[in-house]
Amino acid sequence: MNIVVLVKQVPDSGGERALSESDFTVERGSASNVINEMDEYAIEEALKVKEAHGGEVTVLTMGPAGAAESIRKALSMGPDKAVHVTDDGLHGSCAVATSKVLAAALGTLNPDLVLCGAESTDGRVQVMPHMLAERLGIAALTGARKLTVDGGQLTVERQTDEGYEVVTAATPAVVSVWDTINEPRYPSFKGIMAAKKKPVQALSVADLGIPAGEVGLAGATSAVLEFAKRPPRSAGRKVVDEGDGGAQLVAFLATEKFV
Amino acid sequence: MAEVLVVVEASQAAGVKKVTLEILTLARTLGSPSAVVFGDAAALTDRLAEYGAEKVYAASGEDVEDYLVAPKATVVAELVRSVRPAAVLLASTQEGKEIAGRLAVKLDNGLLTDVVGVEADGTATQAVFAGSGIVKSRVTRGLPIVAIRPNSITPEPAPASPSVEQLTVSVPDTDKLTRVVERVAETKGARPELTEASIVVSGGRGVGNADNFKLVEELADLLGGAVGASRAAVDAGFYPHQFQVGQTGKTVSPQLYVALGISGAIQHRAGMQTSKTIVAVNKDAEAPIFELADFGVVGDLFKVVPQAAEEIRQRR
Repeated sequence: MNIVVLVKQVPDSGGERALSESDFTVERGSASNVINEMDEYAIEEALKVKEAHGGEVTVLTMGPAGAAESIRKALSMGPDKAVHVTDDGLHGSCAVATSKVLAAALGTLNPDLVLCGAESTDGRVQVMPHMLAERLGIAALTGARKLTVDGGQLTVERQTDEGYEVVTAATPAVVSVWDTINEPRYPSFKGIMAAKKKPVQALSVADLGIPAGEVGLAGATSAVLEFAKRPPRSAGRKVVDEGDGGAQLVAFLATEKFV
Repeated sequence: MAEVLVVVEASQAAGVKKVTLEILTLARTLGSPSAVVFGDAAALTDRLAEYGAEKVYAASGEDVEDYLVAPKATVVAELVRSVRPAAVLLASTQEGKEIAGRLAVKLDNGLLTDVVGVEADGTATQAVFAGSGIVKSRVTRGLPIVAIRPNSITPEPAPASPSVEQLTVSVPDTDKLTRVVERVAETKGARPELTEASIVVSGGRGVGNADNFKLVEELADLLGGAVGASRAAVDAGFYPHQFQVGQTGKTVSPQLYVALGISGAIQHRAGMQTSKTIVAVNKDAEAPIFELADFGVVGDLFKVVPQAAEEIRQRR
């Protein structure tokens, strides 16, 4: 099975994050950049499918030159090769343009199965799997907590607000996963060494046959006008329980009219 | 006044979801609200009318209901082409965002998600980076396709008398690739849904085990709230993942958030820091949750919570 995993480099969600003051794109310079956490689960799932059914796993990343570091990290977990779509013209691309670029790149790879995280920790927009499916005319099975592959037939248990749904589709398909689906492996020393030699193909926007004006800030379908950090919450009253903590808590809730 | 399409979210158990009433309330400030219902509209029309829907479009049948979101996006895209609405408003939930994403590609149109307000000129306010940043933004290509975060707007009734139009749906085969074969409800009791609840009571690692979550549930029920859990509690198997609040779970923004035995790691704060009032109980006086709590009790939650529950009962 020809499997492609989408991997996005994002600013560490554990650190301070901001939009750049000059063009309101995600600030990458000051942040520590990591693989989007949910994507590690997609990589793990891809490797499990390959181990059970054979095939090849390709990492696909769109991002600036610095994303190469995350690609090597992803490869150290076990995928065979990577494609890095990188181009200064992509800076500031919106979700709609990003899906155009990724769909074109997937077109060159002709995958049976595309795996990705259910959302990225920076944008949290959650639209990419369905956007790609829409562009490629293939199935999307999103929010998987369990994936079963039976030949060319996929069955996914998908988490919903009410519980879960079981959805099925034939390959080719895009499957996005939550962190409940597996436990990602740690790269071994051997894996880290091997990753250094794995092929990483660089593609530009022109290589994908997309006009430059359709991507980046110039081609964006939405614009940020202002960015402000929310003023930090200030701590309120803190009491140490001396036998009446519960009563004091309810007294506070009563003054706020919750009880 | 131009129509504003409102994509309705409803469940069999609860009918029209609160977020849809919030969106209808917002839609009235932007134009004439037209609700788009998937499935049986008859059961929902009264509620939609109460909140100002001037029109109800209904699309039903197995072509729409038995497949994952793609047919719904096709229905909305057809409506956009025929009605030429001023905007399309959806809920910033998994399904709402997925429909919005497909719609944006179909129409080569911009979209905004996690929106907490929209002004008359289409400028949207978005919560970004887990609520630590606020952005003003707008769609610059096409009409505004905007997904509204639950609990961002106070729903206000404004009765209307909508006409109901049953849509004839023709769904292409490429929309019928992902079939829904089973829907299983796992919600617990009659509690409000987590993202829609005005009060959320969450438990963390300090709750200790799955059985002790009864304490969290009891307080939630006394307050009429939903139950949430931190990632640590979910990972430890105390409570199911769909109730997880935080970076890799749900984002909530209730009037009151009660954190029990939750240290307040950045991963958890990401999912709840825009709550209006936060109270916390934790035995560790240095727990970071106290930095954002309006009221905190340093103490043993197994003593504090039962006492609080008893106190609430007595005040009734």
